[in-house]
Amino acid sequence: MNLDWNHFTPWMSLAGGILLGIASALFILVNGRILGISGIVGGLLSPKAGDVAWRVAFVLGLLAAPLLYAGLRGPWEVRIEAGWGTVVAAGLLVGIGTRYASGCTSGHGVCGLSRLSPRSLVATISFMASGFVVVYLVRHALG
Amino acid sequence: MKRALEHGLSEFLIGLLFGFGLILSGMTDPGKVVGFLDPLGNWDPSLAFVMGGAILVGVVAFGMAKKRTSSFLGSAMRLPTSQDINQRLVLGSLLFGAGWGLAGFCPGPALVSLGAGQDKAVVFVIAMVLGMLAFEVLERRKAQSAT
Repeated sequence: MNLDWNHFTPWMSLAGGILLGIASALFILVNGRILGISGIVGGLLSPKAGDVAWRVAFVLGLLAAPLLYAGLRGPWEVRIEAGWGTVVAAGLLVGIGTRYASGCTSGHGVCGLSRLSPRSLVATISFMASGFVVVYLVRHALG
Repeated sequence: MKRALEHGLSEFLIGLLFGFGLILSGMTDPGKVVGFLDPLGNWDPSLAFVMGGAILVGVVAFGMAKKRTSSFLGSAMRLPTSQDINQRLVLGSLLFGAGWGLAGFCPGPALVSLGAGQDKAVVFVIAMVLGMLAFEVLERRKAQSAT
């Protein structure tokens, strides 16, 4: 096994992960809701009375985060290998897949595993396994 | 009215904190995500630390949440009730993971990167919303044919 030491950021990733945990903790304890991005966005596509404002407020916070981050810490690294066609295909897969699975990395991966939910464990193992296989195919078997 | 404002403000600030955490953790760098999903290549294990840090805090918080009957702001505790492990869950997750591996974006980081004005994130989010709309259409058709 070959480690990518140039990009390995254990402390920043741990600190960022702790912030994700704190945000998820606040959302359930203060607002009584699960912090799951795909569910929050998906709910906006079949809007119900009284169930829209909180979703919009949360998404606006997400969209504003780059402004805060750039102001406090400056630019961050972004490497995108995928071409335009791949980006479109990936977006479609992520959209439809997360809705069928009722959750993504945040709802199942963080909140679900924190709740010790077997359902979320199965979801997380499934999307991780699929991600590993696809990256293997793209980078090693086909690339 | 005051409660509505408190809710709106806390939802916005929690979104902001979550987005900040995503950038700090490296989740908004698709190269880092794909690097994590590539243990047979040049492996970057950072994302395991993201999950570890988040779950460390989450386990304590959800342990507290399960014992409560209302939130700090007085609203209902909307904890998931479904325990179903079925085809929808597994197939949906497999499709999601495939898209995640292809581009290196999951929904949260894609939205944050859209907020940063990155062109590929804009296209990704449009496609993601179209995928979610396709789900809505398919679900409605299924509900109609069932009646």
